[in-house]
Amino acid sequence: MTGVRSVAQRLGEIREQGRAALIGYLPVGYPDVAGSVEAMQAMIEGGVDLAEVGLPYSDPLMDGPVIQRATQQALDNGARSRDAFTAVRGVVEAGAPAVVMTYWNLIDRYGIERFSADLAAAGGSGLITPDLLPDDAQEWLDASDRHGLDRIFLVAQTTTPERMALTARASRGFLYAASLMGVTGVRSVGVEARELVARVREVATLPVCVGLGVRTAEQAADVAGYADGVIVGTAFVQALESGGPSAVRELAAELAEGVRSATPAPA
Amino acid sequence: MTDTARPPAGGPERLVDQTGPYFGRFGGRYVPEALVAALDELEKAYHAAMTDEAFQAELAELHRTYSGRPSLITEAPRFAAHAGGARILLKREDLNHTGSHKINNVLGQALLTKRMGKTRVIAETGAGQHGVASATAAALMGLECVVYMGEVDTERQALNVARMRMLGAEVRPVASGTRTLKDAMNEAMRDWVTNVADTHYLIGSVAGPHPFPAMVRDFQRIIGVEAREQVQELTGRLPDLVCACVGGGSNAMGIFHAFLDDTDVELVGFEAGGDGVDTPRHASSIGGGDVGVLHGSRSFILQDEDGQTRDSHSISAGLDYPGVGPEHSWLHDMKRARYESVTDAEAMEAFRLLCRTEGIIPAIESAHALAGALREGRRLGDGAIVLVNLSGRGDKDVDTAAKYFQLIDDEGRAVTDETVADGEVR
Repeated sequence: MTGVRSVAQRLGEIREQGRAALIGYLPVGYPDVAGSVEAMQAMIEGGVDLAEVGLPYSDPLMDGPVIQRATQQALDNGARSRDAFTAVRGVVEAGAPAVVMTYWNLIDRYGIERFSADLAAAGGSGLITPDLLPDDAQEWLDASDRHGLDRIFLVAQTTTPERMALTARASRGFLYAASLMGVTGVRSVGVEARELVARVREVATLPVCVGLGVRTAEQAADVAGYADGVIVGTAFVQALESGGPSAVRELAAELAEGVRSATPAPA
Repeated sequence: MTDTARPPAGGPERLVDQTGPYFGRFGGRYVPEALVAALDELEKAYHAAMTDEAFQAELAELHRTYSGRPSLITEAPRFAAHAGGARILLKREDLNHTGSHKINNVLGQALLTKRMGKTRVIAETGAGQHGVASATAAALMGLECVVYMGEVDTERQALNVARMRMLGAEVRPVASGTRTLKDAMNEAMRDWVTNVADTHYLIGSVAGPHPFPAMVRDFQRIIGVEAREQVQELTGRLPDLVCACVGGGSNAMGIFHAFLDDTDVELVGFEAGGDGVDTPRHASSIGGGDVGVLHGSRSFILQDEDGQTRDSHSISAGLDYPGVGPEHSWLHDMKRARYESVTDAEAMEAFRLLCRTEGIIPAIESAHALAGALREGRRLGDGAIVLVNLSGRGDKDVDTAAKYFQLIDDEGRAVTDETVADGEVR
């Protein structure tokens, strides 16, 4: 289990292949739990290297309308926190590491220690915490050490050099660079993302993956030229919404091709 | 962060000196990293302004010549006749320009916005009081203003939507989630993350990430500072009890703050009990909630067993919020303040009573505090002095109240004695 569980190791292997990783997000419970697991597996079959398992929350501050709508439907259909572990198992079975992405209250409520233990037991690699800053994360830092989990914090364009260093030190697995100021959604990725990654590289050797706004194979190729990973969410949710798991598989294949066509920056 | 509340007053540390980011185990900053720089900038600007005489003078001048401070204290003897012999004193925040205490905070924050060189403010509003106040301050200071309001609330507070638009603000109805204040706040946060370079988020309550709870309290504490002096002048002593309604809790923190270290003064916050705190339909975060994280800070919130936010309910759009400011949670934890619930029915009864006995139409929010004052007055009995924060006037609530008391029908037509007799309506 440990082979698939280490995100850094997986990103390192991909790097050795001379390319960036493709990371795909889908929420648990949309359209229902079984359907979401099927879609995540299709995403991996199509070429996604690592899955972000989204755990739906009633007040998603960082999510745009597409993901918000899907996660609301998941909640209306009865999605529960424990369903994240079902999805994690499904992703790991399909041969990719899985990290859970969700808002802090759900983890806090489940119990940080208990969530960490259950996530590790399901074969999950770690957690992305969009509304938890390393400053307030001591309990999670301790629990993730105990259970060998990765902790993925975010940096943004507005992050100061001091906080960049602080956040990089606290992170393990990779660092999530939010390419745009704003919420999730398909838009263009500007030059800001490239600059942000360059700023991270000045203070950290940790892999840097770029999210928010990536939609097409061309954009994926562009980001793959300077980042260690390309994160795609909204476009996958839209594909699932309009064409089911087969559309997800197709999009994953297209994006994977884009990622592979890029010439990565020297390590 | 620790699991237990910080001791009330460790040595010389007074309760009034607490500035966050944590109030005991509550508060903090649970926000996207993208907002940290803006929160740091705001904190710096606010701390600088607090000790800057020019800023304080400018704000004091606005209070005096624009919003109409100091607000009055009105004794309500005919109302108090129903309170077991206690004296009831009303702090008249309803007389402020724009009709509520909300103007105190927005004038302060709008001045800060200008100092930070930002040109746009966004706000969330439930009943519209904070939205109207924000639109007003923005107009006064030449700032662009966008107000987020739950779709449900735009319907029940149509007049305030019109007011905000007249003042030049753009009102954006929010159709997600429960379509009330909670979702308006989510949407405003999302806007802020996107436009943080030129935009200040004018949070209207003592909620949200640090430094908002402390800063909004500091802009509202003028209510208590004035009232403390006025009550002493009028009665020769401090009140026995201070009460206020609590949604997010800004008017309550405003009036409580000056009395925090007066240990003989009881402080009681009245949360919206809706159909009853033992039913699923209420908005009592302390009385019927648990500790969790919502909208950027840790506090008491209404949530299910997974941590999903539960729907709140109150007849008052301004109290219809599933969270409460972290300082209130802390005051509750250390038992410095008490938090009780008042049902929709009790609040409306007190609403009608104040109208009929004193000629004052209160906001339905404030009517919760009035109902609480009657209850506490009866408990304390003869000669007790109860200070009530009358946080807002009821113009915005006339439609809701008139329907509640069946004075108008669903189409807004007046139900007169004649039409009732004719059987034309109902």
